[in-house]
Amino acid sequence: MSEMKTAAYICSGCELGDKLDVAQLSKIAQKEGKMALVREHEFLCSEAAVQIIRDDIANEAVTHICIAACSRRAKTEAFHFPEVAMSRANLREGVIWIVAEGSEHDEVRQDMADDYVRMACAELKKMKLPQGNPNHAGNKRILVVGGGMSGLTAALEAAEAGYEVVLIEKENQLGGWASKLWKRVPFKQPYAEPQDTGAAALAAKVTAHPRITVHLNSTLAETSGAPGRFGVQIAQESGASVTEEVGAIVQATGFSAYDLNKLPELGGGKPNVTDQAGLEALARAANGATIKRADGKEISSVVFIQCAGQRDDSGTHLPYCSGHCCATSVKQAMYFKDANPDVDTVVMYTDLRMPGMGEDFYRSAQDKGVIFTKGKAAAVETSGDGCTVKFRDLILDEDTAVNADLVVLATGQVPNAGVDLEAWNPIVTAAEGGSEEAKVQRVELHKTSVLKLNYRQGPDMPQLKQGFSDSHFICFPYETRRTGIYAAGPVRRPMDMLQATEDATGAALKAIQAVENASLGRAAHPRSGDLSFPSARLEGCTQCKRCTVECPFGAIDEDEKRYPVFNESRCRRCGTCMGACPVRVISFENYSVDTVGMQIKAVDMPDEFSEKPRILLLACENDAYPALDMAGLQHHVYSAFVRAIPVRCLGSVNTIWITDALNSGYDGVMLMGCKHGDNYQCHFVKGSELANYRMSKIDDTFKQLGLEPERVITHEVAITDHARVAQLINDYAAKINEIGMSPMKAFA
Amino acid sequence: MNDLNRQAIANYKNDFLREVEERVEDGDWVRMCMQCGVCAGSCPLGNAWEHTPQKLFMMIRAGKREEVLSSDSMWMCTSCYNCIVRCPRKLPITHIMHGLAHYAHKLNMAPKGQPTRDIAKLFWDNLVKTGRVNELKFSLAMYFKDGFMQGIRNALAMQAVGMGLVKAKRLNPMEILGGHKCKDQGGIHRMIAKARAIEAHKKG
Ligand code: SF4
Ligand code: SF4
Ligand code: SF4
Repeated sequence: MSEMKTAAYICSGCELGDKLDVAQLSKIAQKEGKMALVREHEFLCSEAAVQIIRDDIANEAVTHICIAACSRRAKTEAFHFPEVAMSRANLREGVIWIVAEGSEHDEVRQDMADDYVRMACAELKKMKLPQGNPNHAGNKRILVVGGGMSGLTAALEAAEAGYEVVLIEKENQLGGWASKLWKRVPFKQPYAEPQDTGAAALAAKVTAHPRITVHLNSTLAETSGAPGRFGVQIAQESGASVTEEVGAIVQATGFSAYDLNKLPELGGGKPNVTDQAGLEALARAANGATIKRADGKEISSVVFIQCAGQRDDSGTHLPYCSGHCCATSVKQAMYFKDANPDVDTVVMYTDLRMPGMGEDFYRSAQDKGVIFTKGKAAAVETSGDGCTVKFRDLILDEDTAVNADLVVLATGQVPNAGVDLEAWNPIVTAAEGGSEEAKVQRVELHKTSVLKLNYRQGPDMPQLKQGFSDSHFICFPYETRRTGIYAAGPVRRPMDMLQATEDATGAALKAIQAVENASLGRAAHPRSGDLSFPSARLEGCTQCKRCTVECPFGAIDEDEKRYPVFNESRCRRCGTCMGACPVRVISFENYSVDTVGMQIKAVDMPDEFSEKPRILLLACENDAYPALDMAGLQHHVYSAFVRAIPVRCLGSVNTIWITDALNSGYDGVMLMGCKHGDNYQCHFVKGSELANYRMSKIDDTFKQLGLEPERVITHEVAITDHARVAQLINDYAAKINEIGMSPMKAFA
Repeated sequence: MNDLNRQAIANYKNDFLREVEERVEDGDWVRMCMQCGVCAGSCPLGNAWEHTPQKLFMMIRAGKREEVLSSDSMWMCTSCYNCIVRCPRKLPITHIMHGLAHYAHKLNMAPKGQPTRDIAKLFWDNLVKTGRVNELKFSLAMYFKDGFMQGIRNALAMQAVGMGLVKAKRLNPMEILGGHKCKDQGGIHRMIAKARAIEAHKKG
């Protein structure tokens, strides 16, 4: 890169000029910030002003610019200069909008603005323009694992969008569960009758598609690489092996039915008791005529028991609702009624859940004479030629019973997600420690893997809850914790066929984004398009493995010498590795231990008698920093003693920043990140949790130093907490006032 | 087979529901109830009933023929129409209540001495004779419905009211001799017979 030339642009619009001494800010940028070029403008985001900046870049060879105006989250379209490195001093949302009105606050307001200009200049000088991941590759083919409804849809959607697709299916035909159904729940007006599944037509379309290659009777033997360059080995039943190169993967491996034999109390395993899949088989055999039991008897009465082995809070069975089974039982009851209205059909439910347009379908079943009863089944006994269902009628509030020729248990979906890494990791550790037993276990467990990733962090995707492969059901659907690999359909969360096809479409689009981003060396969600990437100065690395272990996305492997190997295309640019590294050798071009460290040090530190404490606030840029901006927008007043620095994720906070801050005289350090734990909201899944853990360790250090542990405080905040962040800051400022100025100031 | 099983044979089967669908006015709506309980919560008299409309509908589906038809509950309906207005499934609940009561009456399964049933019967018998209600005879029939001695007691208790009505010319003691009649009594009788035939045809 050519010579660095810096420039600072200071805005006096949006009342900045009225509330601040802009000339003084310019002087600071020039004298202290050492900016080669400093310009003021009364309307910096105007076209004219932006043109001035562009001209400076073109004519003055400016390579680094500092914009001192509004928040980095505002006016991003005006201040879009991808060809230079840029820092932003937040004088509007961060200063004039949050410092109390009135001339008695002029001094602290100006102090704050001065510091933000110093910080932005200091940061800028440590930044480099990100060049994009050098190890990128441009394979844009998409591998779809699983040929059921989700897989077929994902394959077709990707192919129709112009991408080549490789689809592998372990069975000898496409269609999955759908091909085993007699009919499906309707997904079109008037939602009244069971409909043809459409699986055969979809499979035919996929098979005939010029951009789709189908491998039947096939499983994955090994998956290696990264987005844009995955290498997959496909094992075929014949013993043959095929190698394919792909850019992204959609895992649509679906679900297995919950094992009936685990429900002996409901007759599971006994004759004339079946599950929904079993009933589909009987219905297919009947082909529209009266349905017969396995023993050939025509069925004249049937009872469906909903939630069998589901929504169980005793810990024995599935704790969740599989979402489709109520509608499926309604559909199956119709099979009987449509063939012969005289068949007695009872659907026994505790809550009938009919999502989507299911209410119309429910009504249609009632109209056909299906009897619905709110009841809890207690036992199913085989009696004589049929079964007796003993249950509590929850409307009539009595124990009663009903006889039937056949009982159908609506059991749940168990995801086919492969190896649970929570179980895998301890076995690997034990095996590496030499345990023979663990070595055998590892081999056995590996056989159950779906993806067979050769990643350091395990062969499948991490599971979120109850074995489903997802990273966050609500905030980031389809996003797993393995970049470029997307889960779709019931392997991601329990769902019905319509939801699965929508899900598959979403996952296909995600996969397309992934290959496109990868081919340009850019990050995927949530820093989609980011060109920076982590690089490690391996000479300094002590092979502590913290980065490898803590990376939430499994981006880092190890080489033979146990040095970390960064797979940039698998990386989400969260900086967790940078925060983890005890010797601080990991950095990004525009975000590093130095870019933040220099900001911390750039603050002008008043002495201990000034009555002006300084509080460092490290705020996650996903939730906490926007909440601070919104606090500004809402004019919530907060302490002008705070100096906020946005961080990519609390996980990227290296403890050196905390110790540096305290050593240089800050009176307190606040960390604001996302909620962690079971219902986490961290965009990088583990970042805020790790930060919390690291801070708990740092606490001990303080105690040893004789420093009050309250000098560092961590808060979980959500993006909507604008009033709360202001309150937290004010409370903390009061607290600092109480415990007094930092004793470290004297040494700073 | 134990007792529970014997009882279970007709449980939750189509039989009684079918019967109601075929023979009770608007009975074919019963299967559409989704057991939300809005009717039960809306009925101003609901808490005085043994079985709310919601429960009656479930009992029909559960095959509880005896219990439903001998129930006193549907006789309690005052036709306020709260439930009809509110039922999200648009069941004509009020009509079904009266239909059930009527059907139980026809089968002679309705509870003996149920006041609504008694009044309705006296009123109807009184009305169809001449095509006009004979208020004097109706009142007397009401007084004496529980026996001669009770009738005398009722009449004595109401004496002052009766005399007041006579004085105000609201009650004519001469009505006892037969009273007003419709002009075309035969026509009225033919009309009622026709209505009965239509009803019988509609609900077997
Ligand atoms: S920790 Fe974050 S930044 Fe580091 S390699 Fe993993 S994904 Fe990338
Ligand atoms: S119409 Fe009859 S059943 Fe309905 S709310 Fe009124 S009294 Fe109750
Ligand atoms: S309001 Fe209608 S749907 Fe609800 S319980 Fe009553 S009759 Fe049934």
